[in-house]
Amino acid sequence: MKPAPALRGRTAIALWLAFILACGIIISRSQFTTDLSAFLPRSPTPAQQLLLDQIRDGLASRLILVGIAGADAPTRARLSKQIAQRLRADPAFVSVNNGEPVSVERDRAFLFNNRYLLSPAVMPARFSADGLHAALSDSIDLLASPAGLLVKSLLPRDPTGEMVQLLDQLGSGTRPQMVDRAWASRDGARALMLMQTRASGSDTDAQQRAMAAIRQAFDTAPGATSAAKLVMTGPGVFSVTSRDTIKSQVTRLSILSLALIAALLLLVYRSFAALTLGFVPVISGVLAGVAAVSLGFGAVHGITLGFGTALIGEAVDYSVYLFVQSERGVADQQDWAKRFWPTIRLGVLTSIFGFASLLLSGFPGLAQLGLYAIAGLIAAAAVTRFVLPHLLPGNFRIHDVSAIGRVLAGLVRRAAALRWAAALLLLAACAVLVQHRASLWNDQISSLSPVSQADLALDASLRADMGAPDVRYLVVVSGASRESVLQSAEQVSTVLQTQVDQGELAGFESPSRYLPSIATQRARLASLPAPAEMETRLAQAVRGLPVQAQRFAPFLADVAAARGQPLLQASDLEQTSMAMALDALLIRQDRRWSALLPLTAPDGGINASRIRAALGATGLPNVLFVDMKAESDRLYSGYLHEAILLSLGGLAALVGLLLWVFRSPLRVLRIVVPLAAAVVTVTAGLAVFGQQLIILHLVGLLLVVAVGSNYALFFDRADSAVSPRTLASMLFANLTTVAGFGLLAFSNVSILQAMGVTVAPGVILALIYAAIFAEKTHA
Amino acid sequence: MTLKKTFRLMLVALVLLPAIGHAADWGIDQLMRDLAQTRSGRASFVEKKSIAMLDKPVESSGDLLYTAPDHLEKRTLKPKAESMILDQGTLMIERGRQKHRLQLQDYPELAAFIDSIRSTLAGDRKALERNYRLSLDGTAEHWTLQLLPTDEKMQAVVKRIRIAGVRDEVRSIEITQADGDSSLMLVEKLATTP
Repeated sequence: MKPAPALRGRTAIALWLAFILACGIIISRSQFTTDLSAFLPRSPTPAQQLLLDQIRDGLASRLILVGIAGADAPTRARLSKQIAQRLRADPAFVSVNNGEPVSVERDRAFLFNNRYLLSPAVMPARFSADGLHAALSDSIDLLASPAGLLVKSLLPRDPTGEMVQLLDQLGSGTRPQMVDRAWASRDGARALMLMQTRASGSDTDAQQRAMAAIRQAFDTAPGATSAAKLVMTGPGVFSVTSRDTIKSQVTRLSILSLALIAALLLLVYRSFAALTLGFVPVISGVLAGVAAVSLGFGAVHGITLGFGTALIGEAVDYSVYLFVQSERGVADQQDWAKRFWPTIRLGVLTSIFGFASLLLSGFPGLAQLGLYAIAGLIAAAAVTRFVLPHLLPGNFRIHDVSAIGRVLAGLVRRAAALRWAAALLLLAACAVLVQHRASLWNDQISSLSPVSQADLALDASLRADMGAPDVRYLVVVSGASRESVLQSAEQVSTVLQTQVDQGELAGFESPSRYLPSIATQRARLASLPAPAEMETRLAQAVRGLPVQAQRFAPFLADVAAARGQPLLQASDLEQTSMAMALDALLIRQDRRWSALLPLTAPDGGINASRIRAALGATGLPNVLFVDMKAESDRLYSGYLHEAILLSLGGLAALVGLLLWVFRSPLRVLRIVVPLAAAVVTVTAGLAVFGQQLIILHLVGLLLVVAVGSNYALFFDRADSAVSPRTLASMLFANLTTVAGFGLLAFSNVSILQAMGVTVAPGVILALIYAAIFAEKTHA
Repeated sequence: MTLKKTFRLMLVALVLLPAIGHAADWGIDQLMRDLAQTRSGRASFVEKKSIAMLDKPVESSGDLLYTAPDHLEKRTLKPKAESMILDQGTLMIERGRQKHRLQLQDYPELAAFIDSIRSTLAGDRKALERNYRLSLDGTAEHWTLQLLPTDEKMQAVVKRIRIAGVRDEVRSIEITQADGDSSLMLVEKLATTP
């Protein structure tokens, strides 16, 4: 026995309400992100893992570059010093640099006191009589040179010039120029500051607080003036501004597209009740989508929400079909369920088959979109079918749209005449695609970045002014202990130094410079002769030099003291600016240690294979040469190719489904041709307008197929000619989809824009092609 | 007697007045303008340094190259080839196979010291006065510019710098350090381009 209709209705509504409530609870506990986490692979290679760690909390991710423009140079420098003074007291910042010599004294003292442990020149040969002679005569030459001024006071204690060695090694980087005792850009128009936050770059909330602290320090500085302007950049700043941009855009676009779709539907229905009820499946779909993603991924990305906004335009289609196709009241709705529901169900199924392929993507961002689309569409369609009819009041009526339908029917009858024109257009589109095949896809990960061109330009200019590290090339050494990693880093340093000498590298950094391995420190101390022996050797060494051995009594004392000196520990670096460098270069993760050795490219760039070969020749295990940019681009182009393959797989599944349902290849071909034509034409159009396709264009194309399949299926319905009412419903559904996605095309977040410019023209084309290529049974 | 004396003084004053008037025209500003005329030049030098640590003075010779406003090269040929290149804020010292690159901002004393020479060649009075008190002796034909450091830290290093020249050419640079060490560099112009 079937339950009575009224009971069935109540059950459906109750179930639906429970479902909405559950979704609401899940969503209220969800975490929303806008950072790069959506772009991180699920199963990274070691190089990718490193890349991700660096993106998430490497030193570079924690840097904020600050520029002060406007006003005059002394004012900018004063502001820089005032901001620095205030922020140095703020525990949120590990360091605040603006060129003021804050830790120079401490750094020098550290280097000088530990010079026999730190200097790579300390070897037994250097402290032989001959070695000392060579080192001393070198120092005497230096004394006579312009830099003699610097070394003169050091000479009695450090005649072998270890301090000069160390300063040389550490001071090799370029730094900004000083104007009024603070860093300034090369053109002198900006004061510059470089800050390191304690929080990692991926902690967007902390980055936002750090930015606010900088802004406040600037606004409330005693020297504040309205003429001065503050600019900030850096990975953390980017994630904060991206989040703000995405948040505000998604909010604005949702409101706008809702308003637009509502206005459109109101115009069609001329009934507020219909409008309100029409949004029931949409809201159910959106809630189901967000809840599903939250359950499946633990967090919902802002881009997924933006995509959801656009999906409103599609989800609303189902209610449009219901209302318009069954405009004659309740009895007709039962009829609708019989006549049209199977077609719509098939349309939903084809969409699901298309999007299901995305679920397999290793790119979590894409998989999120796939899951969202599937859950959202199923919920919207199911609510339209099983809940909405029970919610409609008995006297439910919408405005009669059959007049529009009849006009459309007239157009459709004549559409077949356009077949040749359409075929030509398609041919042209194919030609364009063949011509652009090499440059069709953009496989640089930067194409996904929500950061605006203006922000990128500011970043590049501040970075160039600062000479800030461009951590593109890295050698990574990993091991089980700090000591083993430092030892390997020392061996790698030797190899790299050879490359520097050969001009293959401009320079490199290594944590072993600041903290040599225990073994090396011991070896260095062992190079120092015992006091009596040292004295004899020194006496021999000064022969033939214009200097008396007695002058170096302080040197003898220092060497003797160094022999009994405790070895350096990481904690000894505290309070020096080198602690920050060591922190960034020597990393501990769980039980694993890694040393990072960033490389600086010479003018001609780095020959990666050469460096790799040189490193390989050492035979050291666990040494990895990483090109961060190539690695991230490879990561993304891997996703892109995977996504292309998956989409093709999705299309194959869709065709398989249709074949299984219709058991007629010809019929399936008739359904697929308009969809394929729309995809080809849109892609060609994008190529003509110079838009390189990114992964989100691909998602857009999948949507075109998903939405378009509904149209093609309606036109294909074998039972009768397409009725004017069906035509009208398709037009309205199309318009709402275009309204929903069309707005995205105006977004300045590249990934939202990519979907907009693909879907809006794509669905219009799909509808037109479906009409043109429809079989005319009713001539 | 007094009257006579007064008269004589007046006479001397009268005779000297044109000269004084001329001297008023020619001063640090004019000298700086003249020096600034030289945009680039090449000169040979001989330098003698007396350093207390060393038993005897060190003598060296080589070439100087200058391009306005902030590129200065000192190429020592004898006794050992070495070069010092100042370019903007970076000082590069090359000795044999060794290269040292120093950021002058890290070494304010050295910066002030090298700047004294660079700024004189560039005729940059403002830059000179940032670190030194200037006084000028002599005439446009034979002048001596004396630089006395104003900064206390600087005074601990350099006592006095004396730059002597003929018209718009620098002929000698004498540096007396605070600890008594000194150096004298004699410069001879090889070629200039205005």
